[in-house]
Amino acid sequence: MSRRSRLAPALGLLPFLAYLTVFLLVPTVTVVIGAFQEDGRFSMTNVEALFGETARRTLWNSLVLSGSTAVIGATFGAILCYLVVSAPPTSIFRRAVMSVAGVLAQFGGVTLAFAFIATLSFSGVVTELLRDSVGVDVFGSGWLFGLPGLILVYTYFQIPLMVIVFLPALEGLRPQWREAAVNLGATTRQYWTQIAIPLLWPAFLGASLLLFANAFAAYATAATLVSQGQPIVPLLIRAALTSEVVLGRQNFAFALALQMIVVVAVVMTAYALLLRRTSRWLR
Amino acid sequence: MTPTRRWRAGRVVLLGLFGLFFLVPLYSMLDFSTRELGGGRTGQAWANLVQDPDLTSAIITSLLLALLTVVGMLVLLLPTMIWVRLRIPEASRLVEFLCLLPLTIPALVIVVGMRNVYTWVNYLVSDSALTLAFVYIVLVLPFAYRAIDAGLSSIDVVTLSEAARSLGAGWLTVMLRIVVPNIWSGLLGAAFISVALVLGEFTIASLTNYENLQVVINFLGKSDAKTSVAASLAALVFAFTLLMALSYVGRGRRGQERGAM
Repeated sequence: MSRRSRLAPALGLLPFLAYLTVFLLVPTVTVVIGAFQEDGRFSMTNVEALFGETARRTLWNSLVLSGSTAVIGATFGAILCYLVVSAPPTSIFRRAVMSVAGVLAQFGGVTLAFAFIATLSFSGVVTELLRDSVGVDVFGSGWLFGLPGLILVYTYFQIPLMVIVFLPALEGLRPQWREAAVNLGATTRQYWTQIAIPLLWPAFLGASLLLFANAFAAYATAATLVSQGQPIVPLLIRAALTSEVVLGRQNFAFALALQMIVVVAVVMTAYALLLRRTSRWLR
Repeated sequence: MTPTRRWRAGRVVLLGLFGLFFLVPLYSMLDFSTRELGGGRTGQAWANLVQDPDLTSAIITSLLLALLTVVGMLVLLLPTMIWVRLRIPEASRLVEFLCLLPLTIPALVIVVGMRNVYTWVNYLVSDSALTLAFVYIVLVLPFAYRAIDAGLSSIDVVTLSEAARSLGAGWLTVMLRIVVPNIWSGLLGAAFISVALVLGEFTIASLTNYENLQVVINFLGKSDAKTSVAASLAALVFAFTLLMALSYVGRGRRGQERGAM
């Protein structure tokens, strides 16, 4: 094939590549370069500021929030998957569960924050119910609007995300494998501990990583729920972007965003590797 | 092997607990949004959804954004993906990688870095909130890609297009009259998930000071929590309806094919 006829088809990709360059790559590169600049010159100030006390504490909070909700979400999500998977895929129960999971996992955090405001805030439905009936004050000193509240509301979208991500793996377990194990004299317990769980483990781990990245980068829930202080990285980015008083440094936002890219990229790479391992037996 | 009675009971109890965890907040939204001071019920918060001018204009903005995003996504992605299958299959890994990239680069990062790009967009196109569609197209790419890819994988694009071409069809005819009708369910799936994502988008709109549905819901929360809660529940129910419909349209045929294999 001549050089020209080889190049011609590639031209068809140009609009797509140009579009992604403008709306995805340019913003990303802006962030990476901007993180190492101050007043238009090369500077390490902002990256160094990431190791300052505030930024370190915020990062730690973010890691705790993402880690704990990933573990909780993955565990309970996997249990829910197991309960759902026995229903046939076309059953209305299964469709409804999957649709609810899709909405809660992907539809965005503002609405979910309001769901919990309606439930557990000072005049929330459950708060009032418990106050009137048994005299317990679940509102306390306003934990819903701090880190503990974020953990609860994040769990509310992490479990559904786990259901979406993990269900294909659980579905991929062939009934024949169980039959074979039973034929060879395995008990239910042996089947689970020696066949199913070792097979599912990489998928479970991978899904947990995805949940971690999802929580780490989530913004809307926290922005709606927390109006005072910046307990986690996304909110610190908001402060750096919008507030002239607290930090007032656009480039510090770049550095924080770079930190987020690094964390998420590491986690997602590990996820991709684990996914490849699972896909070996899934198809 | 029949499940024992104890296991069946355990399953019901567990499902009940999950149901409680997920349904109580949703029920609370309904209860909270219809509550009246001093007892009783009122539908005022729900009536506000169509009466409050800020909210209605935000709903219209978000619906238009969803429409623009779906059209833009299809115009950008569909010809590219068909072209890759027909003419340069060696680029398929690259296109897939680029389409899935927004999963790794969070919306928050994009919004931090996109000020320069949007200065130009506002200068060249307009500064209306509808310009958000440009970046929303990027956000929905991973999901749209998967849906369309699933559709394209289920048909033999190359043979179909060669047959059409040998009968004298041009590229546009091949795309619109041969390929599109064959992957209709995949396209519908891509459109539905894009609509759901756009209607739920908050991060980018709020940090660029544009008012879409979620931004206004969040803003109203400070003055009129009931209306916010009503709007949130309405949006969730709408998204649920979309996805439920999708489970019948998008995956129906394909699910059966996979099951038969």
